[in-house]
Amino acid sequence: MSTDVLICGAGRTPFGRSEASGRQLAVSAVNAALADAGIDWSRVRAAFGGSDSAGLADTLVAQLGLTGLPFVNVKNGCATGGSALVSAVNAIRSGMADVVLAVGFDKHPRGAFDPRPEDWGLGAEYGSDGLMVTTQFFGMKIQRYMYDHAITPRTLALVAEKAYRNGGLTPEAWRRKPLSADEILDSGMVSDPLTRYMFCSPGAGAVALVLCSPEAARTLDGTPVTLRSVAVRTRRFGSFEVFSPSIPGGELTSVSRDASAAAFEEAGIGPGDIDVCQLQDTESGAEVMHMAECGFCEDGEQERLVASGATEIGGTLPVNTDGGCIANGEPIGASGLRQVHEIVQQLRGRAGERQVPGRPRVGFTHVYGAPGVSACTVLSR
Amino acid sequence: MTDGLQGARCSDCSVTVYPADDACPRCGGPADRAVLRGTGTLWTWTVQRYAPKSPPYQPPPGGFEPFAVGYVELADDVRVAAVLDLDDHDDIRIGMPLTVTAGHGVPRARPTPPGEERA
Repeated sequence: MSTDVLICGAGRTPFGRSEASGRQLAVSAVNAALADAGIDWSRVRAAFGGSDSAGLADTLVAQLGLTGLPFVNVKNGCATGGSALVSAVNAIRSGMADVVLAVGFDKHPRGAFDPRPEDWGLGAEYGSDGLMVTTQFFGMKIQRYMYDHAITPRTLALVAEKAYRNGGLTPEAWRRKPLSADEILDSGMVSDPLTRYMFCSPGAGAVALVLCSPEAARTLDGTPVTLRSVAVRTRRFGSFEVFSPSIPGGELTSVSRDASAAAFEEAGIGPGDIDVCQLQDTESGAEVMHMAECGFCEDGEQERLVASGATEIGGTLPVNTDGGCIANGEPIGASGLRQVHEIVQQLRGRAGERQVPGRPRVGFTHVYGAPGVSACTVLSR
Repeated sequence: MTDGLQGARCSDCSVTVYPADDACPRCGGPADRAVLRGTGTLWTWTVQRYAPKSPPYQPPPGGFEPFAVGYVELADDVRVAAVLDLDDHDDIRIGMPLTVTAGHGVPRARPTPPGEERA
């Protein structure tokens, strides 16, 4: 299963608040990806995509063109983009199609998500008593991690400070105003130990990718990026996830650890070979923990690495060079594909002011979401 | 003095869960009902500083006040989510002895009276 798949086109919209509908944003992103690949919609032979709460992807054909192609809807929470990408890759590897679209989009109302307990198999009391709040989980997971591995609140602030600084270098980002670590620490506690400016916000946006077989890619102009591997996993027993009335004792398992290990194994390389990476940063704590869960450092090393600038654009392991979720916000369906979009720009040398120096060759993306899903990719030029 | 926590335990792999479920989340086999001992220690915590969205949240009659939530690690090798009924959020510490009780609503945890802590 090692047939190469190439990303020949990548397009995104600005993220944030938008007058446009989620579907309109999706059409813009698809057209941008097609233009980037230098092809018309009629050349696309299959499509996979979805949103969490902005409509059905397969209805986009009304605006894109009724070419009769198979178009599969994906609805997989935060892993929607990653699952669409896996499906697109498998469509190419299986010979189903040689040019395939993956698209993710969303548009959410202001404020935190408000899930219903019955959708999660929980009693109504978890909603009425105020425990159906995602930010509680994020606070509690990093709270324990900081206790176990001596991570300080300042490290959380430095992660967010970097996100806003990188967002300022990314024209399509939402939060582009730099904020200092002190401003972030003083922005008001939301879910201890996480403050307001350490969180990303639900927002609107869309991303599309055009994937090709090697034969199809050779007929196109432009600079393709090779998708060395993609892996999606769901949680195993013993993980700590959002909206869990109880979790097992003992060492925690991690779906991010599982998915990243699978992606590295399939690509035949390790974390040490990665020049630039995108890690799910729903909030500062997530980026810190995912550095270790994806194998880029040992637990606790983040305290030194972040302070030393290692994760900055000019550092030894640049993380979330486009400002990540914290600066881009999180349109759930689009978020995972935004990460791949950014690595594609970095590997092509087209990342503008935020370009990682030294011509990066290999990149990595990681998305994580409820209720314990993770998708990872390894990309190279 | 308190309502017991109605959980379940797998007869094959000894995994304990809360609330009770018919199936073991590890092996999928049948799980038996079990009353969990409520004494344990705080494993992690946070404070809900803003009012959750209503619905589903139903604020108390006096209106929303920030409240602490956490996971309490019990002797049954399970960590149970609970609202922490503590007077001062500045005193919350991982490892503090807490007792979890069930009643109406989600489990609630209070400081374990001195002398009732497990050895």
